[in-house]
Parts: sequence; structure tokens; C-alpha cells
Amino acid sequence: MTAHKSDVDTAVSILLTPGGLDLDALDTGLSYAMGGGIDYADLYFQRTWQEGWVLEDGEVKEASYNIDGGVGVRSLAGEKTGFAYSNQITADALMDTGRTASGIVRSGKQLPGQPIVAVSAAGRYAGIDPLAGLTADEKVAMLKEADRIARAADPSISQVSASLSGTYEVVLVRSSDGTLAADIRPLVRFNVSVIAAKNGRRERGSAGGGGRYSMSRLRDENVAARYAKEAVRQALVNLEAVDAPAGQMPVVLGAGWPGILLHEAVGHGLEGDFNRKGSSAFAGRMGKRVAAKGVTVVDDATVADCRGSLSVDDEGTPGQYTPLIEDGILTGYMQDKLNARLMNMAPTGNARRESFAHLPMPRMTNTVMLAGQDEPTDIIKSVKRGIYAVSFGGGQVDITSGKFVFSASEAYLIEDGKITAPVKGATLIGNGPEAMGRVSMIGHDMEMDTGIGVCGKEGQGVPVGVGQPTLKLDELTVGGTQSS
Amino acid sequence: MAQAFDAAAQQLLLTQRAEEALALAKKLGADAAEVGASVDQGLGVSVRLGEVETVELSRDQGIAITLYVGQRKGSASSTDASSASIKATVEKALAIARYTGEDPASGLADAALMATDFPDLKVHYPWALTTDEAIDLALACEKAGRDVAGIHQSEGASLSSGEGVRVYANSHGFLGTQKGSSHSLSCMLIAQDEKGMQRDYDYTSARNPAMLRDPAEVGREAASRTLRRLGAQRPPTGTFPVLFDPSLSSGLVGHLMGALAGGALYREASFLCDRLGSPLFPSWFGLEERPMEVGATASSPFDAEGVQTRNNRFIEQGNVASYMLSAYSARRLGMQSTGNAGGARNLRLLAPLTPRDDLLKQMGRGIWVTELMGQGVNGVTGDYSRGAAGFWVENGEVQHPIEEFTIASNLNNMFAGLVAVGDDIDTRGSIHTGSWLIDAMTVAGS
Repeated sequence: MTAHKSDVDTAVSILLTPGGLDLDALDTGLSYAMGGGIDYADLYFQRTWQEGWVLEDGEVKEASYNIDGGVGVRSLAGEKTGFAYSNQITADALMDTGRTASGIVRSGKQLPGQPIVAVSAAGRYAGIDPLAGLTADEKVAMLKEADRIARAADPSISQVSASLSGTYEVVLVRSSDGTLAADIRPLVRFNVSVIAAKNGRRERGSAGGGGRYSMSRLRDENVAARYAKEAVRQALVNLEAVDAPAGQMPVVLGAGWPGILLHEAVGHGLEGDFNRKGSSAFAGRMGKRVAAKGVTVVDDATVADCRGSLSVDDEGTPGQYTPLIEDGILTGYMQDKLNARLMNMAPTGNARRESFAHLPMPRMTNTVMLAGQDEPTDIIKSVKRGIYAVSFGGGQVDITSGKFVFSASEAYLIEDGKITAPVKGATLIGNGPEAMGRVSMIGHDMEMDTGIGVCGKEGQGVPVGVGQPTLKLDELTVGGTQSS
Repeated sequence: MAQAFDAAAQQLLLTQRAEEALALAKKLGADAAEVGASVDQGLGVSVRLGEVETVELSRDQGIAITLYVGQRKGSASSTDASSASIKATVEKALAIARYTGEDPASGLADAALMATDFPDLKVHYPWALTTDEAIDLALACEKAGRDVAGIHQSEGASLSSGEGVRVYANSHGFLGTQKGSSHSLSCMLIAQDEKGMQRDYDYTSARNPAMLRDPAEVGREAASRTLRRLGAQRPPTGTFPVLFDPSLSSGLVGHLMGALAGGALYREASFLCDRLGSPLFPSWFGLEERPMEVGATASSPFDAEGVQTRNNRFIEQGNVASYMLSAYSARRLGMQSTGNAGGARNLRLLAPLTPRDDLLKQMGRGIWVTELMGQGVNGVTGDYSRGAAGFWVENGEVQHPIEEFTIASNLNNMFAGLVAVGDDIDTRGSIHTGSWLIDAMTVAGS
């Protein structure tokens, strides 16, 4: 994997050199952002190149390209944050934004300036431009292949859309605690969505995935065919779906993407900011039981090439493997520097921001439940009447009351230990700590999702991953339309 | 605001940039082109527990170019509006257009539809607000909330104030510009009892800062909304009438508009495909768009393609009366643009309004929903299943708070089962509506 010294050189040449800046100029920039009474300041430089291709009706109908970039300057004093940003990366912009950010916050003790410490971090993905991995003709060919395969798969497929997107992102962080870090983050994704129509019913099916690697890998792994077939399969299953039951019952979640359960039921509630403010249902429960025995949940930024992985976070802290719940006991929070300092804890590499124009906060990377011992087929067999959910749309949590929801997009009835009829999408609702206490069986089949997650918090979206084995919750509320 | 913002100068600058981009696109070989450019500037402050937490100064700009070579299309955008960047952006859009397919429906909206009438819709009210004044307003809001007995914790109060300019131009020679402003103040509080913590919030938002509600009133309302949730129970599983709070019934209108959108219709991804002219709501219900309403949230004389906006009536006497179309989706459906590129603007109900207390009495025994969670709405089938919180109602009287349940049905059934609309109109967003009473939904609780 890449050594980060070369990332710094690349980042300097891409971000600083065009505006006539070098690393020494950042010391001057920081001095504007520090000034009287500031505890900490950082400069965050970013440039992104984003490309998107959309196929409909067998033709590429949309092709778009976006370039974004700038610098965000943050000054902290105690719990106060001053923030300003600019689209320009020049000495003038650093002076203006630095003075603005530091002028905003006035109290706090001044710490002596720290010498530069270049952050050394293991690369979790290759520092490449993923857009360059395929020619435009090859990108178009992948989309057309997905269309052809989906249409050939079943006569009931009436609409196919496919998309290919990629982002090449270069960031550089320089902060008053001495941090100097750079990261080059590729991110790609391929998606297929189909409509199937039969007997007066119409249903959608969709599938997709990607990660932090080149677009060429999407082609090499033949994802166009895989996701086209998967989207068709899901649409055909949903064409046969019957009304979902309503009420409390056992729920078996499939491996992989259903790990969105962990993201909503546990993850957000363990972000440092909510716990510092005492607004999380998990606040003050460190060292206590918050899940059933056998449940171990980690936030893992180190998974190679995964969508949520980070070599360094947006404050320059190396991405880490952070245990959150170990054998049912709460053992860790996810932290950025501000909340870690105020809580007397260490940063965990979870500071993330949507862009230079947004403030960082503690966010998840890849949130994962570790494998257990159970055979997935035994888990299904153990349920007399319940639901087996294998794919989900999205979820949401109220971190204060602990209530969370996630909405199934592919699910089945379990009757007498057997998977029977597919059921229509239904929202599942529960209370985080309560639901995690009801996990009674954990499969040995831990899987990461395919790379499709976007997490929203305070209006900022960031890519995330989730993963889990097949698992059983003894009771969860299923929001179908059939109340028997 | 702490930074000066000269809207007139920005308007002139963006206009020049847009014209420069169009001229360049033509010179480099595009047959047609359109450009959107915008700049927004704002101040945001948040306070918590009586102290300043964050102060943010924002300034966002962007230019987006779409061009056509024959029936092929390419788009590119950048946050850098320098001449060099405009040139690179046009070149990129042209390069990318070579790889897209011929699409007979692609192209600018018809020249005959371009807006010619540009009344002043009074949507630009700059607020000469200093950072200290903004902090004081947020502090007053949070303090009023925290002073209410029973509030033990706070997520804080936030004030944001911004203004901006947008320009849209295309190679028909159309040029539209608009200045706008938006100001808001919100507060979120936490209360606790032996069963756990609850939080809720309130906000006020307006184009004209003089129309914002009193900060202390917003704080007190946030407190009362939080306190009334304490001691929530789970409702029984069963079928009950459901009363949607106005902030949530506007979401139902949103689902309706999503299904009437041309993009969903030509992709067959709407439960309202082929439903034009057929009944959807009771005959006393109508829905109209008023894009030229003076001072309203989403007012504009032209849509995102330069087409003159108009008062579309989407639902008339309960029937689907119009789809919501852009030039492209209209061509795909063999119809004419309804001036809705970029969405609907200022939706208003045409319906008799019932006093809200009468709605509760009419409901008798059922559920008043004040919060919804999750995304469980399937636009293809209309299937609806979402997490909810609210209050249990017996004999038309609110009994106790309820939480951790779902409500489920299908939007077809919910719209047909609309019993009455309340007079408690929420005017904060672009969709103005009161509470909606729906005859029956499946509730999954204990």
C-alpha cells in the first residue's frame, strides 16, 4: 500500500502549488487562525473531481463532470468553534479565512505552537485517480452491458437504468498541534435499477456497489452483469410479494447490508459529540451491558478498499479499528479531536466532513458486528413465525430516545422454520439498547455490504460501510399492513 | 451580516459569466447550451447551554453548463467561476457529450415557452445582522426554552441567515436572474423522566427577517413539544384512523408530487402512471401551485429551464388534473412542459378546512402522529410504512404520548381515505397545509 510521504508530495503539488503556496506558507496561514486565546486551529485543503454516467432506454443519456475545491479554516477555543472557508487556495484566502475564524472565538487558553509531525499511517487503499482507470468508451460499454443483461434476464423487465460514478479526492490537513497529513481517496460505484411489470403489478429492483479503488476493478470484477442479474432477481421476487405482517415478532437479518441495524441502533448513539452533550440514549453507560452476550461491534476504518475506510480522517488522525461493544459491554466511543479533548479521551480517527465547506464531527466509517458461531440455516430453523429480511432501503435514529427504524426492500415470511412467501417492504422499529439485548443467535457468515451506504448527519453526507453476519433478534416490531 | 454582500454586483458578475460560457460553447461547436450560476452567502451561529458553540461564515458559488451537440448532451460544473475554469468546464462538457447517445427528446425547452413576465416577487430581504446580534437571538431562544420547568438538557439553538443570487441563461437568448434570502431560527431541547430521555424542537423560517416568530416563543414551543412526549407508551397493534400533523401532511403532498413528476412517470416508477383524469382524492379536494405568490418561499417567474411558471392545478375535484413536467419529461410523454423543471413552487390546498379540535372529535379513537421516521415509502407501488411517534386519542381527547410504532397503508388508499383537512395551516415551507385525517391505517405497536 502507499506510503503517506508520497501522498503529501502529491497533495502539495495539486492543492498548494497552483496558488503559489508551499508547506511553509501554511505556518503563516495557521498563525492567522490561532491568535489570542485559541486552543487549536486547522487548515483543511481539498479538491475533488467527480464524474457520473447514466444510462436509460439502452442509451447513455447523462454524462456529467464536476470540479470542487477550497480550504476550510477552523479555530477552537474551549467548546467554541469558529469556521470560515474559501473556494480559493491562495495566501490572501488563508489570511481572510484564518482571521475570520479566529476573530469569532475569543476565550480559551493559548497553547504553544507545535512543531510539524508528519502523520504516518498505513494506506487502506491505493492513492490513485479512479476515473482514469477506464476510457470513456469502456465506461459506456459497461453501462450498455448491464442494460443488455437485465433485459435478457426476464421478459417482464420494462425499464432499466444503470449508473457509473466516481470521485477522485485529494486532501491535506495542517493543524496547530503539529499534524501534517494527506490522503488521496478514490471512490467508485456502479448501480442498476429495473422495473418489472406483470399481471398489472409493477415493482422495482436495484443492486449496486463499489469501493475505494479504480473504475477498472468494477469492469474486471464484471459488476455490470452481477448487479443487473441481482436487480432483476429482486424485482421478480417483489412482484410476488404479499402484504407484510404487523406487530412484534422474531426477525432474522441476512448478512452484509442489513448491518444498517448496527449503524442506526448502536452507531450514532456512540458518536462522541452526543455523549459529551449527554443527548445519547447510551450516555453514561460506558462499561455497562448494552447488548446481549456474544455481540461485538466495531467501527473499522482499516478494511482494505472499503467504501467507508479511511487511511487518515479529516483531522489527519490515522483510521483505526475501534471496538464499541465487546461481548455486550459498551467499551468505546467514536471521537474527533474536539470531543476527545473535552471528554479526556483519545481521538479514534472518526473526524469526518462532507467537504472543506463543512465542519468535521465524529462519524462512523465501516460499522461491523463480528461473526458468531451459529449456522445460518439453524437460525432460520429456530423461528416458528417471523420475518427474514435481506435487503434494506434506509434507516434513521432518534439518538436521544434510542428509537430507530430501517426499511426492508426484500423480505420473506418464516413459517415453522422455513422461508416461505416474499413480503412487501416494511419498516422495522425498535429501541437501540433494547433491540441489541434481544440478539439471540449470531451466524458465522460475517459479510461486508457491497459498498452503497451514505450516512447523513446535520445535513452532511459521507460514504460509510456496514457489515454483519446473519443474526436473530427475538422480537422487533414489523410495520406491515396485516394485523392478524 | 459580518461580510458585505453586494447582490446587484454579484448579479452583474454572474450574468457576464453565464454569457461568456454560452458564447464559448457556441464557438467551440455546441448547437445549444444552457448555464446556471449562483452565489450564496450566509452566517450561521449555534449556542448551547448559554454559550456560543459555533460561528460559521459561508460563501458558496458554482457554475453548471449543459450543452447539446445535435441530440447529444454533456454537463459539467465547477465551484470556480474564473474565465479559465469556465473554459475548462465548457471543454469538459463538450468532450463528454461525444460519448452520450442520440436522444430525440433532449434539448432546451421550446423557445416559445421562455418567461417574458418578470414581476418583483419580493423574495430578497437582506438582514444587516452582526455576529453578536445573531448570537443574542439564539441565546434568547434557548434561554426561554431552558427556563421552562422540566427541561434538563439542550441540543442548543441555531440562527442562520443567508442571501444569494442565481442566474439562468440559454442559447435561445433567455436570461433570468433572481435574488433571494432565507433566515431561520431553531431550538432543540431534552427532558427526562424515569422512562428515559425525549427531545423535540421548533423553528421559524422566512424570507423576510421581520416575519420570523419571537425567539422566546420558539424556545418555549420547543420546550412544550419536548415535555409532552415524556412518559410515552406503545400503542396497540390494530387498524385505526390517523391524524397527520401539518408538518407531516405536507410530506404526504410531497409523495403525491413525487409520483406526478414526469421523470418518475416516463420511467414507469410511479404509482400514478396512466392515472391522468382519474379519481385519487375525495371530490372536495384540490391542489394548486402558485409560483407567482408575492413573498412566498418558492416564488419564481421562471423554472430551471427558463419556462414561464404558471398556476398549475394538479388535483381538481379529487381527480389527477395535471402531471408535473419539465421539457424533457414532457417530450418523453408526448406532452408539453408545465414549467416545473426543478419542481413545484408554492403548493396550496383547495379544500374546506375543519377546526383542528373538530378533527380530533371526528376521529374519536385513534392516533395523532407528530413525528415520522425512515424512508419507507415506495413510489412505484405507493406502499407506505414508516416509524412514528405521537399521541393516543380517545373520545376526541388526547390521552397520552405514544412511540415506537409504525403506520402502514398504500398512498392510493390514504388519499382516497382523506376524511378532512384542518385549519391549522403550517406556512413555513413551500407546501401550505393543515392536519390531515386519514380514515384507517395499520398500526404496529405492542
